[in-house]
Amino acid sequence: MLTLSCAMPPAARDQVLLGHGSGGKMSSDLVRDVFLAAFHNPVLDRLDDQALVEINGVRLAFTTDSFVVKPLFFPGGDIGSLAVHGTVNDLAVGGARPLFISAAFILEEGFPLETLRRVVASLQRAAESAGVQVVTGDTKVVEKGSGDGLFINTSGLGLVAEDVRLSASRARPGDRVLLSGAIGDHGIAILAQREGLEFESTIRSDSAPLHTLAAAMLAASAGIRCMRDPTRGGLASTLNELAAQSHAGIEIDERAIPVREEVRGACELLGLDPLYVANEGKLAAIVEPAAAERVLAAMRHHTLGREAAIIGTVTEAHPGLVTMRTTVGPTRVVDMLAGDQLPRIC
Amino acid sequence: MCLAVPGKILETEQRDGNRIAKVQFGGIARQVYLNFVPEAQVGDYVMVHVGFAISRVDAGEAARTYRLLESMGLAEGEPGGAEPE
Amino acid sequence: MKYIDEYRGERIVRSLAGQIARHARRPWQLMEICGGQTHTIMRYGLDELLPENIRLVHGPGCPVCVTPLEMVDKGIEIASRPGVTFVSYGDMLRVPGSRLDLFRVKAAGGDVRIVYSPMDAVKLARDRRDRRVVFFGIGFETTAPANAMAVWEARREGLSNFSMLVSLALTTPAIRLLLSSPKNLVQGFIGPGHVCTVTGYQEYESLSRDFQAPIVVAGFEPLDLLEAVSMLVKQLEEGRAEVENQYVRSVSYEGNVAAQRFVESVFEVSDRKWRGIGTIPGSGLRLRPEFARFDAEEVFDVGDFAAEEPAECISAEVLQGLKRPTDCPLFAGGCTPESPRGAPMVSAEGACAAYYHYRRHAAPGECSC
Repeated sequence: MLTLSCAMPPAARDQVLLGHGSGGKMSSDLVRDVFLAAFHNPVLDRLDDQALVEINGVRLAFTTDSFVVKPLFFPGGDIGSLAVHGTVNDLAVGGARPLFISAAFILEEGFPLETLRRVVASLQRAAESAGVQVVTGDTKVVEKGSGDGLFINTSGLGLVAEDVRLSASRARPGDRVLLSGAIGDHGIAILAQREGLEFESTIRSDSAPLHTLAAAMLAASAGIRCMRDPTRGGLASTLNELAAQSHAGIEIDERAIPVREEVRGACELLGLDPLYVANEGKLAAIVEPAAAERVLAAMRHHTLGREAAIIGTVTEAHPGLVTMRTTVGPTRVVDMLAGDQLPRIC
Repeated sequence: MCLAVPGKILETEQRDGNRIAKVQFGGIARQVYLNFVPEAQVGDYVMVHVGFAISRVDAGEAARTYRLLESMGLAEGEPGGAEPE
Repeated sequence: MKYIDEYRGERIVRSLAGQIARHARRPWQLMEICGGQTHTIMRYGLDELLPENIRLVHGPGCPVCVTPLEMVDKGIEIASRPGVTFVSYGDMLRVPGSRLDLFRVKAAGGDVRIVYSPMDAVKLARDRRDRRVVFFGIGFETTAPANAMAVWEARREGLSNFSMLVSLALTTPAIRLLLSSPKNLVQGFIGPGHVCTVTGYQEYESLSRDFQAPIVVAGFEPLDLLEAVSMLVKQLEEGRAEVENQYVRSVSYEGNVAAQRFVESVFEVSDRKWRGIGTIPGSGLRLRPEFARFDAEEVFDVGDFAAEEPAECISAEVLQGLKRPTDCPLFAGGCTPESPRGAPMVSAEGACAAYYHYRRHAAPGECSC
């Protein structure tokens, strides 16, 4: 492998770019090169969506997340409800029962108090529905121009039962890959409002708390290896992460993946691939073969899993790589994107 | 180059000398300029590139040629029709 | 979705592949000009459905890939100026210039925005009279009418704060150049269906005749491309060299005359440099003198840029179909989508990016195409 000096001067490479927040390869490189390099420890190094720690024999799941979505209010939710759902979901896919969250607000000078009240009210409603309490928080105000109106950072704490041991490292060739429903709703709902790209759509974000769905799945079978919620970077990024962390290959079938008509239409128009579009209320699980049908049935029984499907298999071929049988027959690689997926005209 | 997508004209209006349509793509709709396809009417399908209709889909031609392919497809499906690797 | 789903049907696609396999007795090398068609081929793996003796090579039909390095640098320079809102199609944001790309300009505080349509840029200019809105007008013949309308509309509304950095290219002179090269091994061409939707295909008749090469104008769905390959193979096996139209639902012989006339009223033909290929006479469009005040190069007086491509990048040969991305020593090593050395690795439908995203697990040489 040749390594050659890059045409771009060092200054240009030593900057944070939007792509570092996309959930794709740039994001994972940043985590590895900056954060893991500094912080590494056995808990963090597992790189699950939540940290599993044990204190005096009690197993806790601990997670943190930040919410920077624009626009703040969108069909199907807002930054407040998103903050609760995102945090709850990171805990839920670790098999935890979410109990407590924190909410820290970074507010830009001049931000309307009325809007803040709306966000906070929505956050509280979402917390109540999800059965979690906001037990601590923080407020900071930054000068006008330094922030994007409002950022919310959360952390979440949940209890994990003794017999629940979920990890990507448990995946084995032959395991089935399950998906709880149609992909791309959240990303397209946001995009529909974006200046310069606007279009009319009835698509609503799928933002929702997944802990009861996860609990129902775990109750149905002990054969679940691990779960993830595919957020930014889409299903493709999550599956790539799983393939990397499990040191196995993943093969999926395009025909099995549910996509709403509106999401398809928007993706066709803008030249986007739904596999890379963000979700906020979907769950992917790797399940041992004998348990797959039972877990699927439990998912379909739940309101958030009505369109659940078995979409693929873990394989010993091509470890670390995700491939997809396309709708016309041949198989192609489903790669990790470098940064954000961009609309295109070509 | 040239991502153009077929969409159905739902409604049209005149605005500032331009004929603009609301076009449906799958489940979404977007405003499209009809300046280059003046003959297109509500109910027609147009190929849309960067917010402009560049052709009206010839439904008759499309149906005719598609039927030919379909019948070939059915014929090939019969035993004796060669399948590639 | 109508006029899309039925052209992705597995059964017909497979039977077309079978038909090609039966008719293709000799080895043939075919080229699809258009990057969007390259994208479909790679994304669905269509080349894997073709028999061994049919080889597909990918042409220079990616306006992003062939935008001259100097033009990208000019765009970056303009975008970095105070008071400028630089507006572009998404495709151009990651294309490397000599030092930076538009994303990095944005990181440094530049107001860089993505739009779907050039009319969205005009709207920005209308809504923000305090900003100088510059639209990066790249594209081929397909996009020229829309870009022309944006300039026309800006003039009609007196939007003196709007200008366009024009980088429009014409594909037909490039195809002629490819065909006249003594290194050319391509025997049949898949014509760009959306370019021809605007231009029609009458210009291809002299090409086909002069070079004795069959040309089939094709659409962009799997079924379209396989049908076009089938039609080409049939012609080649029968020793014919004609122009045929597979994309009848969108393309007619004369094309969209209203669009063509409109383009002529705003733009005129000029010589143009193609990144990786060099200057092709009469292969570009520039704004007519009466629209000079909407020409960003005039408005901003950026001067001349001299830019040099990295010596190791073989995009010239890739764009002309002489080499495969996998033939490049930098492929997937020193040149990846995160740190690209040339444009075909960055553009969504550049040949190198397509190979990288969809085919990387096949070792070089193992690729079945």
